Amino acid sequence: MRNILIVARKEIQEGLRNRWVLATTLLLAGLALSLTFLGSAPTGTVGVRALDVVIVSLSSLTIFLLPLIALLISHDAIVGEMERGTMLLLLSYPVARWQVLLGKFVGHLSILAFATLLGYSAAAGALAATGAEIDAESWRAFASMIGSSILLGAAFIAVGYLVSALVRERGTAGGIAIGIWLLFVLIYDMALLGMLVVDQGQILSGGVLNALLLLNPADAYRLFNLTGSAGVSAFSGMAGVAQNATLNPSTLLAALAAWALVPLGLAALAFSRREL
Amino acid sequence: MTGTVEIRNVVKRFGKVEAVRDVSFSLPEGETVALVGHNGAGKTTLMKLMLGLIRPTSGSITVLGDDPAAGQFEARRRLGYLPENVSFNAALTGQETLAFYARLKREPAKSVAPLLERVGLTHAAGRRVGTYSKGMRQRLGLAQALLGEPRVLLLDEPTTGLDPALRHSFYEIVEELRGRGATVLLSSHALTELEERAGRVIIMNRGIKVADGTLDELRRIARLPTRIRLKVTDTGLANVPNWLGPVEGWRRINGHMVEIDASPERKIELLRRATDEGAPVEDLDVFPPTLDELYAHFLLSQETAR
Ligand SMILES: Nc1ncnc2c1ncn2[C@@H]1O[C@H](COP(=O)(O)OP(=O)(O)OP(=O)(O)O)[C@@H](O)[C@H]1O
Ligand SMILES: [Mg+2]
Repeated sequence: MRNILIVARKEIQEGLRNRWVLATTLLLAGLALSLTFLGSAPTGTVGVRALDVVIVSLSSLTIFLLPLIALLISHDAIVGEMERGTMLLLLSYPVARWQVLLGKFVGHLSILAFATLLGYSAAAGALAATGAEIDAESWRAFASMIGSSILLGAAFIAVGYLVSALVRERGTAGGIAIGIWLLFVLIYDMALLGMLVVDQGQILSGGVLNALLLLNPADAYRLFNLTGSAGVSAFSGMAGVAQNATLNPSTLLAALAAWALVPLGLAALAFSRREL
Repeated sequence: MTGTVEIRNVVKRFGKVEAVRDVSFSLPEGETVALVGHNGAGKTTLMKLMLGLIRPTSGSITVLGDDPAAGQFEARRRLGYLPENVSFNAALTGQETLAFYARLKREPAKSVAPLLERVGLTHAAGRRVGTYSKGMRQRLGLAQALLGEPRVLLLDEPTTGLDPALRHSFYEIVEELRGRGATVLLSSHALTELEERAGRVIIMNRGIKVADGTLDELRRIARLPTRIRLKVTDTGLANVPNWLGPVEGWRRINGHMVEIDASPERKIELLRRATDEGAPVEDLDVFPPTLDELYAHFLLSQETAR
């Protein structure tokens, strides 16, 4: 346990030093703030549901951005250290490989969580400061949006580690990471939508659709946030999907958690088998 | 007798390459052992095996009573390693880097500053490692290997890039640790440097251990001639066989010097004659076979035996 914290602390120290933390926080805060104020202008809702609109726009931002950031910091974690030669020395110390991996995970996730929390809270804080009325349910939905965003980040960090533990070269890891991002964030949904149109509800209904949505962490995240609260789903245009896909929030959260834990376990396995 | 490091019939294959072939040796406490061999002889591979970073294809390894590849980490706390191309994360300072490694070995934070002082990095401790010169990185590498009074030190080409002053104090540090009972294994290509420092030499060639022993033992086995150099007066130079007796393999160098390659059994006899009352010898130097020559000899004899 102590080794994990020691490694995590070093990752955070490095993240602070090479400005990863600063850059990510500023990026997320900047985008969140601009979405908040640009987003609420056209709908003209400065009323009770203002935060719900923000949740919709922020979770769309999260789906694009957080997986990208997560993959950027994680794809290099193992193969990069091996290539630079720092892993050789680290593993000669009294620390197990799974501890190194878990330590990095804790460190990287802390950086991402810090940036998300600060960036998104800034947006909500700014909205509250303008005098918008926000009810308790909206706050709850906002909090669970932040929590699930961090979980989405965790899933993609774990996927990045798995790639990093499997490939021989950093360049390959980078390429695969971008491919994974494109696949989950863009291609998967387009393909799914295309299939739905062609299929006309013949095969792709109920259970199959649910399974397909759970097989992509980005979709699980989207469903969780856009259908989670009645207020939000009204704005998201997801009400239709929410009726078709009969997935309750806890299943979606479990899917996200599985997307973090399974790749992490596989990465630990691949890493432990590797010779350096 | 069991040493701190035990290697028994170890074979390591990387695909088709046999990096280590059936090597056995034992390293006792309080000894400095030099591991020498050509590029690709298997020196680094042997050290990685001792660290458990790679597993032997066959054979067994014990370091401080543990199997290093079995995931027991107690032994590693008492183990120092300096990789051949040591590298650190560029973003942290020297002080932060060393403090990180100290925490992993459960060494108190206050052990960091004296170590930095010892390798002469105090002035650069607050600078990012990315700005360090090659020698400074090597110094930092040495400092981390020395953390926590190691019982076993594995140093892979430790003096590359060190300036002469630190090279000297490096060997002093090693000698001090050895004196307190540590086992020091160091690989190097700088054979002349090792000559006075290593109590024992292991010579590797293409994965095979070709020689193992103290310098004296190796000299005895190799039976290489000792070079004797005599400064001779002009008159003596004209009739060398007269006063030196029948010797083969002598030659004249620099006009008034005679150099003889003396086989081990004739060495004393030749020296007696050269120092005899009437001998026209003004000065005399004796050069036993160097590690360089021994190394070449053992490699050659192994190559021809194949
Ligand atoms: N990970 C690896 N995969 C494949 N072959 C390897 C690997 N590591 C080492 N080898 C091979 O094993 C042999 C021994 O390598 P090793 O690094 O032990 O040599 P060395 O004695 O340290 O050489 P040098 O003096 O150049 O440092 C070489 O032929 C090398 O190519
Ligand atoms: Mg080597």
